[in-house]
Amino acid sequence: MSALTDDTLPVTPRAIRDEMIMFAGMAALLAAVPLTGIYPFFVMQALCFALLACAFNLLIGYGGLLSFGHAMFLGTAGYFTAHALKVWGLSPELGIVVGAAGLGVITGVVAIRRQGIYFSMITLALSQLLYFIYLQAPFTHGEDGIQGIPQGYLFGIFNLAKPTVLYYVILAGFLGGFLLIYRTINSPFGEVLKAIRENEPRAISLGYKTDQYKLLAYILSGTLAGFAGSLKVFVAQNASLTDVHWTMSGEIVLMTLVGGLGTVFGPVVGAFVIIAMQQYLAGFGQWVTVIQGVIFVVCVLTFRRGVVGEIAHYFRRSL
Amino acid sequence: MQALYAQLLVGLINGSFYALLSLGLAVIFGMLNIINFAHGAVYMMGAFCAYFLLNVAGVGYWPALIVAPIAVGIFGMILERTMLQWLSGLDHLYGLLLTFGIALIVQGVFQNYFGSSGLPYAIPDELRGGMNLGFMFLPIYRGWVVVFSLVVCIATWYLIERTRLGANLRAATENPTLVRAFGINVPRMITLTYGLGVGLAALAGVLSAPINQVRPLMGADLIIVVFAVVVIGGMGSIMGSIITGFALGVIEGLTKYFYPEASNTVVFVLMVLVLLVKPTGLTGRAA
Repeated sequence: MSALTDDTLPVTPRAIRDEMIMFAGMAALLAAVPLTGIYPFFVMQALCFALLACAFNLLIGYGGLLSFGHAMFLGTAGYFTAHALKVWGLSPELGIVVGAAGLGVITGVVAIRRQGIYFSMITLALSQLLYFIYLQAPFTHGEDGIQGIPQGYLFGIFNLAKPTVLYYVILAGFLGGFLLIYRTINSPFGEVLKAIRENEPRAISLGYKTDQYKLLAYILSGTLAGFAGSLKVFVAQNASLTDVHWTMSGEIVLMTLVGGLGTVFGPVVGAFVIIAMQQYLAGFGQWVTVIQGVIFVVCVLTFRRGVVGEIAHYFRRSL
Repeated sequence: MQALYAQLLVGLINGSFYALLSLGLAVIFGMLNIINFAHGAVYMMGAFCAYFLLNVAGVGYWPALIVAPIAVGIFGMILERTMLQWLSGLDHLYGLLLTFGIALIVQGVFQNYFGSSGLPYAIPDELRGGMNLGFMFLPIYRGWVVVFSLVVCIATWYLIERTRLGANLRAATENPTLVRAFGINVPRMITLTYGLGVGLAALAGVLSAPINQVRPLMGADLIIVVFAVVVIGGMGSIMGSIITGFALGVIEGLTKYFYPEASNTVVFVLMVLVLLVKPTGLTGRAA
């Protein structure tokens, strides 16, 4: 099996330095957004999806596991956060904790039993199972979803109803999640994951319990994806079935593919590209689906490294 | 009891579609090593093809049963030659992603022109009406769907497992280089195999047109269940996908009778249970 990514460059001090400079640039750019005239709602939404795509990329880009059901984490955490905030009246931080817990463990134990395309199909089927449960369960309000969610005060101090405060809270959540993922992939744990991606039998013969590594990566990825789903509830103030549907999983895959599988910054770029596309092409109606399909086909046939992957390859740098 | 038999029949019919679709997936997977995410889209194209043949060209059900699968099969072969071919040797996840993109394009185009609502397709005159079997009333068309798909499944199994052509095919999946050395045109065989798999899906689409309404997303909803069927059965054997397909349709029908709330989810729950007990699936070999 040929490798999914063009990851021949070793982790050198120079690579780490490059990536830290990029990170500082990205953080500064994003922190400056409220000072410019850019519509903050758009950037917040894109940030939530960027974190989601980064979490997804941790699994596919570094573990070689293509999950086609990551929308289930987004949607589940969204529903639980929304329910915790609205019905139980919990404060935001508790809502997030409740939202981002557990699901990764349960589905991971099942999904991790098969690899490759079977893994993709299993995650897809599991997310569809949850979709039908949420369609019928009373607390999700079926097709209507949970609406009008109060934003509340984070830690009792930060008023999330204020757009600027909310923006920086979302940004902090995104940057925190991003750094956690970055730390993970550059840790010994991340190196083992890459070894499993390249050649699982070899990793087993070296004595690694690969199933445990894969499960842990899956749980981490799922929890961070759930965290993104919780954050998204504060932005959109609703939780609905579209977030659990498998077409959403496809969009997450598309974001990562466009940005670059297995690159650090690719998913962020991809998420911004796709969310911007949906924002500005909304007038085309269903043609957006066709355009997304075309991007999929073009990326797979000619542009497998993605935007960031191509740039990194051109400059022979790791990004 | 009447309702139970009726649900069993519905289950058998759904099972026929599951079997035809997972059979096509298994055939394609065997040769191309690709999970054909576009399978639901070509199933839908089969149904639309029958609809166009009737309403535009005035061609009825019986010719459509042959023409539609061939037309869609040719479409599939063009796809294979122009796109899928370039993915051989790459990680097979790319095949899944490419066919997913193709499915989005095809479904999106149909949705733009036909919306999301269904178009009616009349049952052919010869198969109207029903038969009283004593314990239940059997609409003839539904009985025909079950019998006909069973025949097609068995014929496909025979073609692949018992004929010389099938032997070449199976040999080529094991060792394409060696089979090539015997003077067999392996790339052409791969193209034809993809056409066959896609044609089977389109045939299921034509069969389903008079029962389910013809609409752009008819395959998108079905394909996820078929994937679960494939995971449960494993892709190891042709016969395995046929039996699993029918059996799961029946189980789904029974659930609809005894506990309707779970009818949408029972296949997925079964999938989880099978994976916990036997991770390779019922008839599958290790991936």
